[in-house]
Amino acid sequence: MTRTQQLIGWIDDRFPLTKVWNEHLAEYYAPKNFNFWYFFGSLALLVLVNQLLTGIWLTMHYNPSAEGAYESVEYIMRDVPYGWLLRYMHSTGASAFFIVVYLHMFRGMIYGSYRKPRELVWLFGMVIFVLLMAEAFMGYLLPWGNMSYWGAQVIINLFSAVPVYGDELVTWIRGDFLISGATLNRFFALHVVALPIALLLMVFLHIVALHAVGSNNPDGVEIKKLKDDKGIPLDGIPFHPYYTVKDIVGVAGFLFFFCMIIFFFPDGGGFFLEPPNFTPANNLKTPEHIAPVWYFTPFYSVLRAVPDKDLGVVAMGLSLVILFFLPWLDRSPVKSIRYKGPIFKLALALFVISFFILGYLGMKAPTPGRTVMAQITTAYYFFFFFPFLPFYHKFDKTKPVPERVTD
Amino acid sequence: MKKIIAIALSVFSLSALAAGGGDYKPNDPANLPYGNKVSLQRGAQLYFNYCLGCHSLGFQRYQRTGEDLGISVDILKENFIFDGSKKGEHIKIAMPESYAANWFGAAPPDLSLIARSRGADWLYNYMRGFYKDETRPYGVNNSVFKDVGMPHVLQPLQGLQVKTEEGDLKIIEEGSMTPQEYDLAVRDLVNFLDYVGEPIKLERQQIGVKVLIFILIFFIFAYFLKKEYWKDIH
Amino acid sequence: MSNDGVDNGRRRFLLWSTSAVGAVGAVGIAVPFVKSWSPSARAQAAGAPVEVDVSKLKPGQAIKTEWRGKPIFVIRRSAADVSNLEKIGSLLKDPESSNPAQQPTYVDKVKRSIKDDVMVVVGICTHLGCVPQQKEQVEPAIGGGFFCPCHGSKFDLAGRVLAGVPASDNLEVPPYTYLSDSVILIGVDKGAA
Repeated sequence: MTRTQQLIGWIDDRFPLTKVWNEHLAEYYAPKNFNFWYFFGSLALLVLVNQLLTGIWLTMHYNPSAEGAYESVEYIMRDVPYGWLLRYMHSTGASAFFIVVYLHMFRGMIYGSYRKPRELVWLFGMVIFVLLMAEAFMGYLLPWGNMSYWGAQVIINLFSAVPVYGDELVTWIRGDFLISGATLNRFFALHVVALPIALLLMVFLHIVALHAVGSNNPDGVEIKKLKDDKGIPLDGIPFHPYYTVKDIVGVAGFLFFFCMIIFFFPDGGGFFLEPPNFTPANNLKTPEHIAPVWYFTPFYSVLRAVPDKDLGVVAMGLSLVILFFLPWLDRSPVKSIRYKGPIFKLALALFVISFFILGYLGMKAPTPGRTVMAQITTAYYFFFFFPFLPFYHKFDKTKPVPERVTD
Repeated sequence: MKKIIAIALSVFSLSALAAGGGDYKPNDPANLPYGNKVSLQRGAQLYFNYCLGCHSLGFQRYQRTGEDLGISVDILKENFIFDGSKKGEHIKIAMPESYAANWFGAAPPDLSLIARSRGADWLYNYMRGFYKDETRPYGVNNSVFKDVGMPHVLQPLQGLQVKTEEGDLKIIEEGSMTPQEYDLAVRDLVNFLDYVGEPIKLERQQIGVKVLIFILIFFIFAYFLKKEYWKDIH
Repeated sequence: MSNDGVDNGRRRFLLWSTSAVGAVGAVGIAVPFVKSWSPSARAQAAGAPVEVDVSKLKPGQAIKTEWRGKPIFVIRRSAADVSNLEKIGSLLKDPESSNPAQQPTYVDKVKRSIKDDVMVVVGICTHLGCVPQQKEQVEPAIGGGFFCPCHGSKFDLAGRVLAGVPASDNLEVPPYTYLSDSVILIGVDKGAA
């Protein structure tokens, strides 16, 4: 035995190191036909690490107070060596997180990754998505720019739609009669301590659940049904080294675009860092045009499409909640879009278009025409989940699913 | 409190109105000569002589400005630091905010980040957009910033413009500069403000080129490594 | 899945070269994280060199100032004080300033100053960090100097530590330079400004 083997043996007697390594990497058998869409899970993990590291480092220089927050961000941008880079990595990372997670979710939708037996994988993922929205929203208040302030103002006031106790609830969330240092401090605590812990826990559960049932694939066939005499799935390959080396290529490709934004377009054309946020928070002056950051706008559009405040809030909440039920709404006999019929393909395409239109409208000031557009797309958004998803299989033709995965 | 949503929503319609009624002449791209030190120095000179009376650059330090613009410490002390500040200090103004608010109606804002919140093109057109309007307290209005509360500080350079019926701006009293000279001067001033908005910008892009080249190299290695391993599968 | 015809040499080369490039990348990523811990421009500005005008300083008088958060004593010594410094070596632990960490190379080893009459010293006792007091007479044989109230360490008018007290090192002389005959810049080495 070599020294290294001895050391590993010593650890294995006390901690299941080799066992964990094998179960989750070296002997975790993933379908061999993963395509482009399967990069986004590991990329989400990469962005999470980026956010944690840069976030911890920003906390070292940031001043969480109404008097000092805005100034300390500029202190980071100008006075701290490489502070600008840490901040751009964090602010770009926030948007990158949502891009990656939206694509990851879309992958789940086209290949039916939420279907039995992966319902919990999807549910844990949805909790991550909601936590991520909370994390992003609270983080956005911290620079204490005027857009931070008014964005938080509008979103916190959504809670006033709660019957009877709405106004008290809003005051309680703010801890003041307006958004103030008290609000900033609690958002800071939640953003840097509580929500990251919750996120990490959910990511852990998401992966544990996934590795218990095994990954889905673009064909939507269960590779565990056909195994060789050693019990290894015929269409499975060990995650390590094959998908580790493949994901590294994905990481390099992702980093190229990520760094391009950080170093050349850190504002993201005004989408990632919004111009009004370069003026300090002012509780008496709303920016000329306020809109949430781009990743919230589809849901924000749903809110505005409903011509009643309370119902609008309910509709927006429902547009998120309905996603949780996806595993039980879709009753098609096949999982993957490859074997679904033209009706589903068309409906999904329209769904994606609606989602983009909602996102676009959420950034723009409403006009009567835009409101009608938002109402049509909102209606379609809900139509897609119900009644379309539970019943389309009665009309849609499916193709036969092969026994083995295709290349 | 529910009102606030209503207010927030109505803001959209208000801004839509404002956007519809505005007159945006002049509306030219600033075409800034990024990193041109001569332009930046001239812009700084204009700023320190005409703007710093009222507008601080509260996040920018004298020393860094000197280093980035190639201005020596001695010249900095002689020509730029008017209030006896140390070279490491921020570029502040002597005017207390409350006085300023009395004189101008609102305290003149700090301009450290004005180029990031307004954009270079807006600033370029704003500084060229003053025109005669006797109904305003300072006798001028602005075609980019309607009913602005600021006097036309650069009038001695530009002269005075009027707005024609078509919405164009015409000079009626000449200043010390020709219109071409004035445009260049404003461009230098905006270039300086753009620099102050993000002093690291040029260095950031230089580092970025190296980072992207490195990632490309890494990508090539990783790609061939992946191909090598995946020979097992295909 | 088959391992036939695998070129192990090529595989090993690619593995190591990719790892090497990746390691360079990891070091590169660490740079901003590590460097962000260095003193910021704000700290640099707060710790910037300090100018002291000694033109109105009379013999025996001291100017107390602060550089990088440390008390700095600037004291004008009389000709008698200076000539006394040469004579009391036997009463001191380190009369020739043999510890190079306690003063810059360009000050005199005995007088511990650039010019004989003006001494510049960091007012922090080398025993446990208290601020010593200036005394007209610390001991009859020594004359003027410094006395630390915490544990009774004593220093002469060149900041040299006396024998028989708890402190072991002479008071630190900070880097400084003369901008003109009467203006001292503390925090910058001689000739550097």
